[in-house]
Amino acid sequence: MNPRSGHGPTHLDVDALIDDPATRIVVCCGSGGVGKTTTAAALGLRAAERGRQVVVLTIDPARRLAQSMGLDQLDNTPRRVTGVDESAGGHLDAMMLDMKRTFDEVVEAHADPEKAKQILANPFYQALSSSFAGTQEYMAMEKLGQLRARADEDGSWDLIVVDTPPSRSALDFLDAPQRLGLFLDGRFIRLLTAPAKAGGRAYLKVFSAGISLVTHTMTRLLGAHFLSDVQTFVAALDTMFGGFRERADATYRLLQASGTSFLVVAAPERDALREASFFVDRLSQDRMPLSGLVLNRVHPAGSTPFSAERALAAAETLAGDKEHALTAQLLRLHAERERVSEREAALAERFTAAHPDVPVVRVPACAEDVHDLAGLREIGSGLGG
Amino acid sequence: MPEAERDWDGVRLHVVSGKGGTGKTTVAAALALSLARDGRRVLLTEVEGRQGIAQLFDVPPLPYAERKIATYAGGEVLGLAVDPKAALLEYLQLFYKLGRAGSMLEKVGAIDFATTIAPGVQDVLLTGKVYEAVRRREAARPVYDAVVLDAPPTGRITRFLGVGAEVVGLARVGPIRSQADRIVSLMQSPQTAVHLVTLLEEMPVQETLDGVRDLTAAGLPVGGIVVNQVRSPLLPARRLSAAGKGKLDRDEVAAGLRAAGLPDGPDVVDGLLDEAARRAARVALEKRERQSIASCGRPVYELPEVPGGIDLGVLYELAELLHEQGMS
Repeated sequence: MNPRSGHGPTHLDVDALIDDPATRIVVCCGSGGVGKTTTAAALGLRAAERGRQVVVLTIDPARRLAQSMGLDQLDNTPRRVTGVDESAGGHLDAMMLDMKRTFDEVVEAHADPEKAKQILANPFYQALSSSFAGTQEYMAMEKLGQLRARADEDGSWDLIVVDTPPSRSALDFLDAPQRLGLFLDGRFIRLLTAPAKAGGRAYLKVFSAGISLVTHTMTRLLGAHFLSDVQTFVAALDTMFGGFRERADATYRLLQASGTSFLVVAAPERDALREASFFVDRLSQDRMPLSGLVLNRVHPAGSTPFSAERALAAAETLAGDKEHALTAQLLRLHAERERVSEREAALAERFTAAHPDVPVVRVPACAEDVHDLAGLREIGSGLGG
Repeated sequence: MPEAERDWDGVRLHVVSGKGGTGKTTVAAALALSLARDGRRVLLTEVEGRQGIAQLFDVPPLPYAERKIATYAGGEVLGLAVDPKAALLEYLQLFYKLGRAGSMLEKVGAIDFATTIAPGVQDVLLTGKVYEAVRRREAARPVYDAVVLDAPPTGRITRFLGVGAEVVGLARVGPIRSQADRIVSLMQSPQTAVHLVTLLEEMPVQETLDGVRDLTAAGLPVGGIVVNQVRSPLLPARRLSAAGKGKLDRDEVAAGLRAAGLPDGPDVVDGLLDEAARRAARVALEKRERQSIASCGRPVYELPEVPGGIDLGVLYELAELLHEQGMS
């Protein structure tokens, strides 16, 4: 906590959170480039070494981070991480999300083999499953649901730590599943495929002219192939209708459940903290259980007990005095670091002023990547400390 | 700087990308200011709905319309936040004169479908608006001397600019397809440069090198690499190296502190020496990362860390630094 501020935020006790057997799911969210994935991995490792049976679901880890957990390639199933201290009775599994594979599995699980084959071969499906901006979010939530079901079934894990996709907005992953679900179950796609089924006659009378105008426009814009691909896709998917929406709703409820805990991850930068602020508001609006803010990459104030101004003034006093050139340089360096930590503290205070009830934990910056479990462990002790 | 020494003459579209958290919006804004020198007119656009431009320039949130946000050395910068839905409606209005059909499309969810679900369509709409701004002419000359795009991060940039990928696969004919094709040919032309912003740290540098490779493979012209938040060494090289080895003279430091009237206890000296050792490690890391960046052979520009944070005044200073290094 910043010694200069009178009333800082409550300290976020991460160890208490991961030690509590009632905590079953921890979701790490935040904007891109704040160290979300690393936080999720470090948290998973720490929980495992404190005795939890953990699985970490990472979305798009940097190569080195993946390697530090022994994940060499994209693999859609959890693998045991070796080198973890299991003396407390815990263990760590880790996996990287393969969104296309996950989507394929959903299709295979819910359609008969013939239909599944048709869907998997459809060009619209292929583009949707590998590129739609919301597919990754949807599949991350789908995978979370699967892991949770398996945990309940065979007790493989008692804690699931989830990373969230690097969306342009931290909020996307809450919305994307429903958006995709709405689309796949929605009126528009039914209109496109089978207008007669969409509603009663009266409805059709009012809208049919509009509908043909819509399909006509879409066809002119996108070409006839595009629409016919969509239509074939939807027709093939017909048996799964309702399923998608239902699944999205189920995942949403899982996120609201009491065993779930959200950690908002941010860096002490204006944009990242603004995004964190939005996210905190959104979580409370949706009654999602927020545990606190992980403020990564903090440059803490040094132990030297004087401010930037005082150090600079002293450096000025010494200027021109050759004998004290070294001290003057060190004082300038100190002043610079103080200014950085003062700016960061001010940003953090602004966040806390707006969200006084959100506990915060600060994790110091480290310039070098995590190369191994020891590096992750160190970040974990920053989180827990 | 004389015309001849500017590195990107002939480039009309500057795309600025970079790993999240490297400051690409700041660099895009500084570049836009810097390009506006000498009475030029520059459009700064953002496409991710974050209103980063408005925040930086301290103006109200930008609508889907071009607004003047700054002037600099006789030139001016306009800002535009491109919204895919508005871009689609504008596009439909322009080409199809849709009155009633526009709201009908909205009502049945077709606009949502096109802008959020249909793979790649959103990217065509966003880059399409940028394309239109680059190509727009009035009185036989371009409306903008340059357009700067604060683009999605490195991990998504190739897909974003190569708008072909999904759309070309799905929409084999039709206006969206031809639009995508036209955009791709602008993006791949010498009129475009994709600049990448990085920090001198392992992950961002690795991502930058991967980005250069992917962009090159996709036929997209890689511009310069802007190294952001570079630490100034503050200590001469020999001293810095001594600091890294823990060999600075404690007594000398303590004597200096006394001379300045500051506390000179061992804790204070340790604190200062510790900061110096960390700076030495940081500068050594930056040196290694700088070499990795040099390996890809692109022009490199450096911007310093700004301890007090970015405000409008700092933005102008950064613009000046980019200009001095020949980027504009």
